[in-house]
Amino acid sequence: MTVLAVTEHRRGELRDPSFEVVTAGRELADALGTDLHLAVIGGDVEGFADRLNREGVDAIHTVAEGEEFNHDVYTQAVTAMAEAHDPDAVLMANTVNGLDYAPAVAGALDRPLVTDAVAFDADGTLEVTREQYGGKVETTVEVDADRFALTIRPAEWPAAEGTGDAEIAEFDFDLDESAVRSDVKGFEEVGAGDVDISEADVLVSIGRGIEEEDNLPLVEALADALGATLSSSRPIVDNGWLPKNRQVGQSGKVVTPDVYIAIGISGAVQHVAGMKGSDTIIAVNTDPNAPIMDIADYAIVDDLFDVVPELIEEFGGEAP
Amino acid sequence: MKILVTVKEVAQVDDEFEIDGLDVDERYLEYDLNEWDDYAVEEAVQLSEANDDVEVVTVTVGPERSEETVRMALAKGADRALRVWDDTLAGAEFLDVSTKAELLAAVVEEEDPDLVLSGVQADDDSFGATGVALAERVGFEWAAVVNDLDHDADANVSNVRRELEGGVEELTEVEGPAVLTIQTGINEPRYASLRGIRQAQRKPLDVLGLDDLGLDDSVVESPVALTSMYEPESEGDAVVWEGSAEETAGELATFLREKGVVEG
Repeated sequence: MTVLAVTEHRRGELRDPSFEVVTAGRELADALGTDLHLAVIGGDVEGFADRLNREGVDAIHTVAEGEEFNHDVYTQAVTAMAEAHDPDAVLMANTVNGLDYAPAVAGALDRPLVTDAVAFDADGTLEVTREQYGGKVETTVEVDADRFALTIRPAEWPAAEGTGDAEIAEFDFDLDESAVRSDVKGFEEVGAGDVDISEADVLVSIGRGIEEEDNLPLVEALADALGATLSSSRPIVDNGWLPKNRQVGQSGKVVTPDVYIAIGISGAVQHVAGMKGSDTIIAVNTDPNAPIMDIADYAIVDDLFDVVPELIEEFGGEAP
Repeated sequence: MKILVTVKEVAQVDDEFEIDGLDVDERYLEYDLNEWDDYAVEEAVQLSEANDDVEVVTVTVGPERSEETVRMALAKGADRALRVWDDTLAGAEFLDVSTKAELLAAVVEEEDPDLVLSGVQADDDSFGATGVALAERVGFEWAAVVNDLDHDADANVSNVRRELEGGVEELTEVEGPAVLTIQTGINEPRYASLRGIRQAQRKPLDVLGLDDLGLDDSVVESPVALTSMYEPESEGDAVVWEGSAEETAGELATFLREKGVVEG
């Protein structure tokens, strides 16, 4: 009877969600009245285990296998740990790597899986709060099973703090090498370029609301008039309208400008992850219920094609 | 070579909507091909154009209405389509990850593809788990969140880039047969041409029930159930500038001047 929370790291550094699964794992373990165990797999497992030994952690199992994340190794190791310790819950982070191994772990253990939890309540049956339709609605999903797997959305739980006195031990585990059929060759930074949007004081950021590439000069004119830097949400980069180095979000850049003007951006969670640290957030959007409105300090609920030309004029520019 | 592409018709919600029970009221929903799957279809069609003897088969789990979406994938170049549905599936309240993986696994066993492409997630429920769960079930290798694919058809090996957080990509070699979950931006999905749309009407679209897949009703039994849906309480306390575009733009301009973002 335990909660087993799986941590992750990249290029020698523990990632933030590793400390968040400790917090969420402790919360779940308290609700279930049980212990919290952590899994640390690959890389400098001893160093990682020391840093993860935070308040509320009862045991840490390490597997010194490989330097970096490999989903075949993670799936095998977590499955073996779950079989050995029979945890009520296997808790993982809904990160890109979480997406790459959590469903396989749930499948191998034949456990129900609920992903991307933003909250949960385990007083009795597990109830998980999720979002649907791009954050427009929230749902509750009930899991009627005493063994389950769960992934949590990054940055929804605070990082665990304090110092723990967990027992740290190597998990005795024989890797089946023949079942490791993916080979991680390395990493590459993308999106470097002439402009570093993470350094900008003022960002004019554009999203799907711009509709067509031909409309881009309109926001470029606004950025010029304000002396601001132009950035965007993911769809603009996916369409090839702006280069990758302009993308704000989980898979792009994290930005913290003084002023972030989000124009025609609905505020998908992946985008918000990249800009919520901005000092002042201003949203221009036709939808008063768009998720971006939840984090905006100031908002204009109107069509950007009406507002932006007026704004350009205010600052002595000329709308194209 | 055969490529199986899993596609899903997803609903999009209008700006204003009402919830009816466990879903948004039908009046406020519009249906479309899941955005991620659109990129997966395009990737498969591009592979079929770059290699000889590639068949692209799409599979969806969905009611008759979703055939419109499936025809769109056929119009873009898929060769034939399968739609999995029957009364048992129609009567199920919630198809969880395990159920979907089991249904698709039965299709994979029947079709024996060399490669399966799937969108990273569906735009509606965003579980983001079906592709990898399917791979695990059928014993295929996999890679999730792929934003670049270099496939060696002869060796059935895929060199992929996985889009990690923070502008970092992982370069990974994956042995086939494999399931790859495709990220948006990997390519530029084509529009269906009028000729393609006409041709799509003549392409085979077979409907398979649980019996056809050798599955019984127990596949829809799930411990996971959707129990409520509601509009989240707004956490926002934004100051909303009201008025005409001229007035609101004026308010914003004044604010930016006072903040010293712009002079004058």
